[in-house]
Amino acid sequence: MNTPIELCYGILLDERHLLGLREIEDLCDVTQPLIEEMVQEGLLMPSGSVPADWLFTGPQVRRVGRAVRLMRDLELNLPATALVMDLLEELEWLRARTRDLEFQLDPRARNLGPPDI
Amino acid sequence: MEYKDYYKILGIGREASLDEVKRAYRRLARKYHPDVSKEPNAEARFKEVNEAYEVLKDPQKRAAYDHLGTQWQAGQEFRPPPDFDFGFSRGESMSPDDLSHFSDFFASIFGGRGFGAGPQSGFQSRSRRGQNQTVKIHLSLEEAYHGGTRTLHLDSPETDLQGRATSRHRTLRVQIPAGVTQGQQIRLAAQGLPGSRGGPAGDLFLEVQIQPHPFYRPEGKDVYLNLPIAPWEAALGAQVPVPTLAGPVTLRIPPGSQAGNKLRLKGRGLPGEPPGDEYVVLEVLVPEASTQEIERAFRQLETVAAFNPRARLGV
Repeated sequence: MNTPIELCYGILLDERHLLGLREIEDLCDVTQPLIEEMVQEGLLMPSGSVPADWLFTGPQVRRVGRAVRLMRDLELNLPATALVMDLLEELEWLRARTRDLEFQLDPRARNLGPPDI
Repeated sequence: MEYKDYYKILGIGREASLDEVKRAYRRLARKYHPDVSKEPNAEARFKEVNEAYEVLKDPQKRAAYDHLGTQWQAGQEFRPPPDFDFGFSRGESMSPDDLSHFSDFFASIFGGRGFGAGPQSGFQSRSRRGQNQTVKIHLSLEEAYHGGTRTLHLDSPETDLQGRATSRHRTLRVQIPAGVTQGQQIRLAAQGLPGSRGGPAGDLFLEVQIQPHPFYRPEGKDVYLNLPIAPWEAALGAQVPVPTLAGPVTLRIPPGSQAGNKLRLKGRGLPGEPPGDEYVVLEVLVPEASTQEIERAFRQLETVAAFNPRARLGV
């Protein structure tokens, strides 16, 4: 059976995409006090000094989602979540770097062909 | 549907205490949590572990599960008898929305009369927005550069009118904007899990994963490239062709270049405002002395250059 194909246009949540507190709450299904705690913990860094003026960049949506899942599933408190997130980001960067370096060290991967003997 | 051995999933015995259940769950949750784990099947394993914990941490659910007896094997075809009833009255209620996160096996035991999930059980809930769903999309660097449309096949868990967990197959064609980078999300409003009781659907988030490239290494919007050059190109300078995501360009190698030197091609990275740059890291490749002529040339260079590459090491 053929299923109908739906054509979708999404919004790229990049650095230029800014969201207010209310939008972040709705999008991530979290409460304002939790967002405020995350800001106090340094997990989120909005521009603006008071909650009413806060603007969050697109990538922070992913951070909130990740923090909420870690807190819920691993039964972590907020400071521990913030630490885990920092370490995970560093780990991801290191893994990507290792993968790329290994890739570049392997002559076959660089498409140089086998050495002439 | 398949019988699930929740004790086996958590790696504990049937007599395990609540503390042991919690310990086993925490250990496995850390190992398989999709946000933490790099195991290939982490997401599926975590779902299983979470479901096992959901049952075994709750004395009522655990008793109901244990009531099935010990004759079942994991993966065995399971069909609850028609008069299946645990004798629990309206214990903890689970909404159809909650049930959609669990397996059919789970829903067949805890979604029925005993645990009060179906509409006939008197489960009352306000209309609720569906949950957000996150799906990873794997793109080549070229796809990320050019953008385009991508067809996605999704199986979304849903619940039917009787509160049973089902799944719906959907095909979506999604516009990928040019210049997406690793880890970025694209939000598709109202394409996530359906709401309950007339509530709106959640959102679908596509999380971009850039596949390794044979020679480019992306870092955000910038891309790095190792460019092999010949020793004379490094020493004397040269104009050499360099690949960029938009097509080859000619790059001027300054005289006296060394391996590891980095040259920037402004705006030649992934598109955006501002676009990223391409960084060319020089790599000097030395030809093999495969003929007497080449060997003579190297010997001559050795004599005239009087070059000690290890001077910095004091030897």
